[in-house]
Amino acid sequence: MSTRLKTGGRLIDRATPVNFSFNGKRLKGAQGDTLASALLANDQMLMGRSFKYHRPRSVVTADASEPNALFNLGREGGFEPNARGTMTELYEGLRAESQNHFPSLEFDVGAINAKLARFLPAGFYYKMFIHPRTFWKHIYEPFIRQSAGLGRAPKARDDSTYEHFYAFCDVLIAGGGVAGLQAAKVAGEAGLSVILFEQTGHWGGRAPVDGGKIDGLSVEAWIDRTLAELDAMPNVRRRVRTLAAGVYDHGYVLGYEQVSDHDPTAGGPRHRLWRVRAGRIVTATGAIERPLSFAGNDVPGVVLASAARDYVVNWGVSLGDRTIVVTNNDDAYRTALCLHEHGLAVPAIIDARRESGGALASRAEDAGIRVIKGSGIAKVVGGKRVTGVSICAQAGEGAALEEIPCDVVAMSGGWSPVVHLWSHCGGKLVWDAEKTMFKPVPSQAPIGADGEPFVATAGAASGALGLSDVLTDATKAVGGSTAPGVEELEEAPTEAVWMMPQGAGYKLRSKAWLDFQNDVKVSDVELAAQEGFESVEHAKRYTTLGMATDQGKLSNINGLAVLSNALGADIPQVGTTTFRPPYTPISMGAIAGEARDALFQPLRKTAIHGWHEENGAHWEPVGQWRRPYTFLRDGESVEDAVSREVKNTRQALGMLDASTLGKIIVKGPDAGKFLDMMYTNMMSTLKPERCRYGLMCTENGFLTDDGVVARIDEDTWLCHTTTGGADHIHAHMEEWLQTEWWDWKVFTANVTEQYAQIAVVGPKARAVLEKLGGMDVSADALPFMGWSDGDLGGFSVRAYRISFSGELSYEIAVAASEGRALWDALLAAGEEFGVMPYGTEALHIMRAEKGFIMIGDETDGTVIPQDLGLHWAISKKKADYLGKRAQERTFMANADRWQLVGLETLDGSVIPDGAYAVAEGENANGQRNVQGRVTSTYMSPTLGKGIAMGLVHHGPDRMGEVLTFPRVGGGEVKARIVSPVFYDPEGTKQNV
Amino acid sequence: MSERTFEGAASIRQLPPRGMITLRGDLGDLAAAVIVPETGHIAGHVAWMSPDELLVICAQEEVGERVTTYRDALTGTHHLVQDVSAARATFEISGPHAGETLAKLCPVDVAAMAPGAFRRTRLAQVACAFWVREEGGFDLVCFASVADYAWGVLRNAAAHPVGHFEPRR
Repeated sequence: MSTRLKTGGRLIDRATPVNFSFNGKRLKGAQGDTLASALLANDQMLMGRSFKYHRPRSVVTADASEPNALFNLGREGGFEPNARGTMTELYEGLRAESQNHFPSLEFDVGAINAKLARFLPAGFYYKMFIHPRTFWKHIYEPFIRQSAGLGRAPKARDDSTYEHFYAFCDVLIAGGGVAGLQAAKVAGEAGLSVILFEQTGHWGGRAPVDGGKIDGLSVEAWIDRTLAELDAMPNVRRRVRTLAAGVYDHGYVLGYEQVSDHDPTAGGPRHRLWRVRAGRIVTATGAIERPLSFAGNDVPGVVLASAARDYVVNWGVSLGDRTIVVTNNDDAYRTALCLHEHGLAVPAIIDARRESGGALASRAEDAGIRVIKGSGIAKVVGGKRVTGVSICAQAGEGAALEEIPCDVVAMSGGWSPVVHLWSHCGGKLVWDAEKTMFKPVPSQAPIGADGEPFVATAGAASGALGLSDVLTDATKAVGGSTAPGVEELEEAPTEAVWMMPQGAGYKLRSKAWLDFQNDVKVSDVELAAQEGFESVEHAKRYTTLGMATDQGKLSNINGLAVLSNALGADIPQVGTTTFRPPYTPISMGAIAGEARDALFQPLRKTAIHGWHEENGAHWEPVGQWRRPYTFLRDGESVEDAVSREVKNTRQALGMLDASTLGKIIVKGPDAGKFLDMMYTNMMSTLKPERCRYGLMCTENGFLTDDGVVARIDEDTWLCHTTTGGADHIHAHMEEWLQTEWWDWKVFTANVTEQYAQIAVVGPKARAVLEKLGGMDVSADALPFMGWSDGDLGGFSVRAYRISFSGELSYEIAVAASEGRALWDALLAAGEEFGVMPYGTEALHIMRAEKGFIMIGDETDGTVIPQDLGLHWAISKKKADYLGKRAQERTFMANADRWQLVGLETLDGSVIPDGAYAVAEGENANGQRNVQGRVTSTYMSPTLGKGIAMGLVHHGPDRMGEVLTFPRVGGGEVKARIVSPVFYDPEGTKQNV
Repeated sequence: MSERTFEGAASIRQLPPRGMITLRGDLGDLAAAVIVPETGHIAGHVAWMSPDELLVICAQEEVGERVTTYRDALTGTHHLVQDVSAARATFEISGPHAGETLAKLCPVDVAAMAPGAFRRTRLAQVACAFWVREEGGFDLVCFASVADYAWGVLRNAAAHPVGHFEPRR
């Protein structure tokens, strides 16, 4: 059984017990425990069920690479699935549940899948997609949905907060082990500003467990001294519980700080996303121990050799009484010695090498530990727990020589540098056959904007494994020269072992796990190779090797070695899969930061927004603005309100907050020439104090924006844009000015926010303005399509005589700071005329009744002005404008393009939005032919019937014809092709 | 815009409206109207916005006269003078952790900015500019339509603890 030892545990405080629960069972751990170490201390070895076969699983590691010990953590509101027990610091009241078990962890019916293993080979999904479809729907999918999957998705809203933090430094060091500390010290002493991130809650990495001496001090004493030295340097800053998650171009690093996961009562944000710009990045990310591939290597009790001693030294936890160590290198002897020193039995060290004999091996032999050389494990005995191992010759096929009872197997297949951060921006790797590892090539580092490398590796991340090599490498990584002196034991070389035993037959290979989390075995990768998936990237996707939440930290190298063996190729020829950020999963909350709830995105408000809020505005999002769709009165439906607003505006007086419309000042000696290029119309000939409606196209000829342009003076124009277009039309203008016509003398300024603009619309519009008084708004002084500056009721305004409704209409612009006051004044003055504010829907209906097009309704990025019958707004005199040449291409200047018409329903009903008019016959795909589509459609309160605009094949030539529009869900609407101008075609009402 | 204050890790205050005038032109030409500040700085009441744009910040009641004075001074050169006073909202962020509060929202090396340094950047999801005042602390301007959003994110940032490197651990 696993248990807490009487002594030891350098990271725990035995005097401070911590209560927690696992699957509802109340347990006790100690301050400083991880969830994994606390469970083990309580003899809870079984921690979960595997993804595919529901095999019993326990920890394999004691660190971030853990594939098995995943938990549902916490309560609703603060729920976290797939939390790694090895990285979860224990806190009072922690609630953990095992994942992927049904009905219970101890007895799982899904484990029957294991018996079906031979029916669930690599590529099962791909193969089964093809087979009888009904099987997929009724048998495979329900079966897979029931059995697959890891953590639960949270159901309640997350009640934690998150934030971002931008930071800058000369050197960002990822990893606070001895290499990272040494690099930080050297860089700090050189006067550089340094940020040091450590993903766990403590400093020094695994060096204190592995031992040795630095500068004559124990490793722990050296760490403490170095931390004190770092803290004396104001230019060095360090954070624990902060993962360097990804390296990006231009020295950008994402850090993921788990601020209060270890103490949910602490307050403040739960996670903080560090967004760091670093001059240089040093990855001191250490190395990961590799498992060995032997049958039954996933049975609870089989762990990495390093993890076995980590649990003893760091947390005072023994995984079992009798530990068999199986290895291809000297490092694992440390585990045997460590366990032995703690009074635990090590019946044997099984060394795959025929020859070994470094200093560690001698010590083991001196300690009386039996070493069986040239041997391997044929298979592990046991189901939910290791009960023994069967020993065989490594060179053979697995014939058992001896069975040794044990309850722990500590395996080591060598070490792989953590090269992920190095590789994120393209750092290259080379296969080191002697050390059996892919390691970074310093001469092929990621290159920054200055042409210089911007990422370096330090310590074990470089492939330096001994303490002396680690510190020397870390010193050099930041340009230092003097590394501390080290005392350490000499080690004999590692020998590559990719299958144990080397000649294992199919039965053993099909029980030898590569990827524990995704249940991928040696036999699966071999099957992929056999079926032609020769590229490592293809084999990965076919088998799902390395595609689990651990991203194959333990399995990648072993998997590609098996693949290369199956292909008869060398490991470097097969290569690695691509390393992508993040290194381990980071929370969605951290990515979102403060952007949630009210701060999810900016909400733009006009100066008059407050009035709308107080007066029943039914809102509509328009870009980031909220505009009133209509103003609801008591008991009124939205449709009734819209209808009321339209009728009142047509019969008396309406007011619209038009402040959101874009307003761009264009000024300079070349402004007229510039606007002639931007608009299809001629704007340079516009007279001061006059307005002109204009169209803007993209260089591909498509209509992109429209609006009224006013000429202010000899060299100044003011361009109105659509609400959504203000920012990008301004950017569009600046782009042309800065990149193409950089020598034209034109300045622009986006003054959208400087002015509130109020449309005063209806037969009584002039009367209300005259009542306010101050400026002459008569037809003579301010004719249709004119503008004039003046004083209106004490406000300094600019009045534009423009109309989007077909009624007598003024748009009054005033400094935004005066907007609300003018609105209130107009409302008060308009009371006797029956004034009613109206919203965007009434605006849309009134312009549709007049046949005015709407950007975004009649246009969708594929429509040119000619399609909309707007030839009158396209200058024939101009040599050029943006879009002109595109519009002359054969498929644009083509009578077969669908053209704008009005549509009037025969029964008075409303055509569904976006409906298509059907034509005879079917197309090549067996679909009904179509001859037109609706672009905007409304119930017209003015006309009392459904009206619409649409694009119809040869439409303008087919006046009076009736088209049929099927409704979704059955039925159809018939509509007659008519002129799009339904209301006041002579335009007498607006020009009075 | 309403004045409002919040006390947290930093003090956040929305200031009463100020006069603001955009000047565009060759900076050499604009020197006829104002004293042109160094690139990326604010000097006196004039801020450097871009290689051909300055922003004058003044009392509201001065705007009319200044606009006229600048237009007169720039007669004969290609320029644009525009009152933008009503387009902007202004905030003051002060206190020992003002810089770290801004660093939660703006991708700027705030610590490297000396008094008089001026940056155009973004505040979470909206455009903004801010500068370091001579007496310490920051003034920040953004568009008036997003004043509530800016207030919201600044308040939210100041509501949570800052001082990430103190105490050192």
